[in-house]
Amino acid sequence: MAATTFYDLDHIRANFPILCQTVHGHPLAFLDNAASTQKPADVTMATKTFYETGYANVHRGAYWLSEQATIQYEGARERVRAFINARRVQEIVFTRGATESINLVAATWGQTCLEAGDEVVLTWLEHHSNIVPWQMLASAKGLILKVVPVDDDGRFLWEAYQSLLSSRTRFVSVTHVSNVLGTLLPVKDIVAAAHAVGAKVLVDGCQAVPHMAVDVCDIDCDFYVFSGHKLYGPTGIGVLYGREVLLQEMPPYQGGGDMIASVTFEKPSWAGLPYKFEAGTPAVAQAIGLAAAINYIESIGLRAIAVHEADLLNYATQRLAEIRGVRLLGPAQIKTSVLSFTLNGVHPHDIATIVDRYGVAIRAGHHCAQPLMQRFGIPASARASFGLYNTRAEADALADALESVRGIFGP
Amino acid sequence: MKMKDDLRDLYQEVILDHGRRPRNLRPLPCANRQAHGQNPMCGDALTVFLKVDKGGRVREVTFLGQGCAISMASASMMTEMLTGKSEAEARALVPAFQAMCTGETFEPRHLHMDGMEDTLERLQVLSGVRQFPVRVKCATLAWHTMAAAFDGTETASTE
Repeated sequence: MAATTFYDLDHIRANFPILCQTVHGHPLAFLDNAASTQKPADVTMATKTFYETGYANVHRGAYWLSEQATIQYEGARERVRAFINARRVQEIVFTRGATESINLVAATWGQTCLEAGDEVVLTWLEHHSNIVPWQMLASAKGLILKVVPVDDDGRFLWEAYQSLLSSRTRFVSVTHVSNVLGTLLPVKDIVAAAHAVGAKVLVDGCQAVPHMAVDVCDIDCDFYVFSGHKLYGPTGIGVLYGREVLLQEMPPYQGGGDMIASVTFEKPSWAGLPYKFEAGTPAVAQAIGLAAAINYIESIGLRAIAVHEADLLNYATQRLAEIRGVRLLGPAQIKTSVLSFTLNGVHPHDIATIVDRYGVAIRAGHHCAQPLMQRFGIPASARASFGLYNTRAEADALADALESVRGIFGP
Repeated sequence: MKMKDDLRDLYQEVILDHGRRPRNLRPLPCANRQAHGQNPMCGDALTVFLKVDKGGRVREVTFLGQGCAISMASASMMTEMLTGKSEAEARALVPAFQAMCTGETFEPRHLHMDGMEDTLERLQVLSGVRQFPVRVKCATLAWHTMAAAFDGTETASTE
């Protein structure tokens, strides 16, 4: 395998202490990476070192330690900027996660720039976090939500998308990669078509950034969001990239310290970008951990990670296809290393409970994408999602455990 | 691969059979009590229909819904056991069964009721779920929904 000649999996796995444990007497096979990823020692060390040697509040003190903490925090912002190739560091806002990033855009840009009758376009592939904020805004403001359908293979239907666009379309909010199916959406084309009718576009990159190089200038989107914890970084930190001119126009999201230029009881004035959107003490250590995670995955290389994960996806797809009664959902050609499936006659929760007893951690349920489940006519599915540290042996463990499920429930 | 004891305890043949072919899985047009229950964590949802006579006895019980083998089997077995029981007896089963599923001790205040011991004995087959804490809600969903139907609340949630 070309993938294994230069991809030092043993070395990589040694950097994730959590992976070398047994669960119910079996080696842990962590295959729920689309929900959250494990953290390399680089990340835990970076936050630990920061707390032990460099911690203080940021943007405050006239003292050395606060200055050092601020340098590290702002260094993390620059690291994120370079990672997604944003033009300016002021365009990178730290949030609690992608969910908060989307809510921020809906509550600020959406609140001020959208009016009754305006149309917002979503897709059937969206996570609830990219549906519910728009539903809340739509019911408050009288907006109309339009949803781009997918075909039986989970593909984004381009013609259907084009037919939904019109001069009434003001905003398009789409996922870059489906969290359930792994389908890669043609976001660059989606953005160009939306811009042609004068609409702005948000791209939810949670499931893209761990698997491929992302360039927000090339995509030309207006907003791009992702979470740190799905990118081998800490929980509680996420990113909102916004085009500078739009962020300038938008009102603040929350009020508090750090987001003001000055406060009088007559009138506060807002801080500049990106601080206008970062009220209160930010998640400093988590931002530093996120920067360490980006350094880590770039030290391996997103190209190499993609090759490794493609190998795992192909191998696992073959192994699962050999099992009687397995139906793979959305077998799109271009996808990331996610396998959603059902097993004839067995509910996904029973599958997840049984394979867990063999050390295999997979997700069962609606994956926060109930509309997509309805599209496939099922209440739930099982999902195995692979990350940079997974192995073919773990795909085998899943396949063997699924045979045990068959053994319990019958052929 | 050898089947594990805890899995064998949970997925007993009786449960698999009820899960595959749930009894009384149909709407009940003459129902005078009904409630919808859901488990928000997993999206499992079911509706329980009860026909209660003037004397307060359950004449017929059915349910509709989709879910895992445990939730379907538990609902199916419940429908078989409630017929002929009084409201008080049916309600008394809910905490008793909940305690059985979590392994907690339960003060059997109502065990003197006719047939209660038999019923709980038959439900023992579901007690394997206590080795799987996250699955307890699957087993108890139908029972909480039944209690909600008696309460006159339209929906029950395991959260």
